[in-house]
Amino acid sequence: MSDTGGAVTPEGESAVVQTDYVVGQDNIRAKLGPFGLDIHNPVFLISGLVIVAFVFYTLALPEQAAAIFGWLLPAVTSTFDWFFLLAANIFVLVAIGIMISPLGRVRIGGTEATPDYSYAGWFSMLFAAGMGIGLMFFGVSEPISHYTSSMAADAGAPESWAPLAGAAGNELEARRLGMAATIFHWGLHPWAIYAVVALSLALFSYNKGLPLSIRSIFYPLFGDRVWGWTGHIIDTLAVFATLFGLATSLGLGAEQANAGLQYLFGIPVSDVSKVLLISGITGIALISVVAGLDAGVKRLSEINMVLAALLLLFIILFGPTLAIVTGFFGNLVAYAEYLPALSNPFGRSDENFSQGWTSFYWAWWISWSPFVGMFIARVSRGRTVREFLISVLLIPSIVSVLWMTAFGGTAITLVNEGYTQIADAALELQLFTMLEQLPIAAISSFIGIVLVIVFFVTSSDSGSLVIDTITAGGKVDAPVAQRVFWATFEGLVAIALLLGGGLAALQAASVSTGLPFTVVLLLGCVALVKGLLAEPRSK
Amino acid sequence: MYKKIMVPVDLAYVDRLEKALASAADLSKSYGLPVCYVGVTTATPSEVARTPQEYARKLDAFAAEEARSRGLNGHEAKAYTSHDPAVDLDEKLLAAIKDVGADLVVMASHIPGLPEHIFASNAGTVAMHADVSVFVVR
Repeated sequence: MSDTGGAVTPEGESAVVQTDYVVGQDNIRAKLGPFGLDIHNPVFLISGLVIVAFVFYTLALPEQAAAIFGWLLPAVTSTFDWFFLLAANIFVLVAIGIMISPLGRVRIGGTEATPDYSYAGWFSMLFAAGMGIGLMFFGVSEPISHYTSSMAADAGAPESWAPLAGAAGNELEARRLGMAATIFHWGLHPWAIYAVVALSLALFSYNKGLPLSIRSIFYPLFGDRVWGWTGHIIDTLAVFATLFGLATSLGLGAEQANAGLQYLFGIPVSDVSKVLLISGITGIALISVVAGLDAGVKRLSEINMVLAALLLLFIILFGPTLAIVTGFFGNLVAYAEYLPALSNPFGRSDENFSQGWTSFYWAWWISWSPFVGMFIARVSRGRTVREFLISVLLIPSIVSVLWMTAFGGTAITLVNEGYTQIADAALELQLFTMLEQLPIAAISSFIGIVLVIVFFVTSSDSGSLVIDTITAGGKVDAPVAQRVFWATFEGLVAIALLLGGGLAALQAASVSTGLPFTVVLLLGCVALVKGLLAEPRSK
Repeated sequence: MYKKIMVPVDLAYVDRLEKALASAADLSKSYGLPVCYVGVTTATPSEVARTPQEYARKLDAFAAEEARSRGLNGHEAKAYTSHDPAVDLDEKLLAAIKDVGADLVVMASHIPGLPEHIFASNAGTVAMHADVSVFVVR
């Protein structure tokens, strides 16, 4: 095994699907000036045009767009909250069920396939793509938010945002509840969503020999129709969700990074700074995709991982070390204890929390799942299904518990000690406000801001590879010019929306794609189990 | 003078390789050299093959057919996988030269144009970095 691939070795058996479809058969090969193109017809064209049309629409009629999408997202997350919560529970059960069943012995790529990547490289990539930036912004702010609302005197009232009626005035219980609720949003459920998508894609691509594209998951259900319009729609939706997910995060992220830079270094918050930030992040992402999966994306993910580990270690050592260590186990217990109530889809009395937080989060993770799932799938060949699920479901969940305990736990402790500025600061500044209370704040804040930027780059580069693959009909060897196009396009969309307004509206549009994708993923679970049952198992 | 010829082939574009394949065959016959056909594939399904194994089988068949139709002096085939061949194909081919023990590479290329200033051609890069003789066929 090497981290860059090697000679073809026997892979043992796998149940390759019998279909006449040839990867790339619908592709158009053309020369555009000096650059070669190899693009799927019509997915490339439709998704490109739809994206351009949407951008023009939100720029031309920003108020109307904001009104429509500002209505759409809460309407989706509050009407279908039970559906999101129920579906996410199903994904967790399916993932755990497969992990402990004999299906866990199926190996991705064939019974004798060897892993493409070492554990370190693999884990860095899946973690950087999967959670990334959210950990930086929500690590402090979410636990503080749940803790504060749970402590408040009105906890439990209909207008309260506290999870599960809160624990008014009970400091210890409010802390446990706040941490449990945060971990719930960053633990098993999101990773189960990613795991189901990633495992399905890996299985249908590496074992069944179908193109690496979202539509392939549905082959067991729709047969050869997935190569027609059914598949075109699924893939176009995936491109749409991915590009807008990335572009809006890039735009909103630039706003947040700018705020952080102003707080730390006095760099003015202005359109110029934000455009420079987006250009810089896109520039690094471009270098990364041109350098390729191994020399670019993987290396950056590893750098990202080392920096994140450094910051985490710093908080553990310089924060309330003992409280964090005991808190880790305490929070695990609290998570387990509150999990049934938090994940209950029906008859909730804490609607602000279950709809405004949980349902929104689930829609968000699901809208990101085509992108993250496909990226994880691409780098997971050679692992057994059990190994895959332990590494994509359990280990990241435990890392999330540790991360949230360190960042959120420290912040809550500081707030309780009277340093309430953390809770009062703007969302994007809460991390830096907390770091200010710990030693060598200048260095740790600097690492923090670098991490914010690197996390964006690692999402942007892997996302561009994913969009490129989907719009090339599942080919991962399309001309490099195409991935350059997508990475640049994503930056341009972000800049256009940042300057013209409408970022939040499009984020709402992208997260709203979580609803159709939830249906898609539930069907995907059936296809996954069917597909796994047909596979030979390793000894 | 030489011991073994390596011919990188792209099974998706065999029609563009004719001149290079014929040149390699002539060299093989006149020096009595074996030819090793090398292909690089993705582990994900491609237009040529749905698994790396299938790719390797197709490459074997291709090599055997070349040897038969052109009357070569011995042949072999070796398939490699790459995570991202759009980018690291050159690197793979350079490693393959050492791996198969070739001391002459015969390889098709296209006529250099503007894109070469941005993305170097594969044959150009291999010729620049390999420590064996490289015959770039245009």
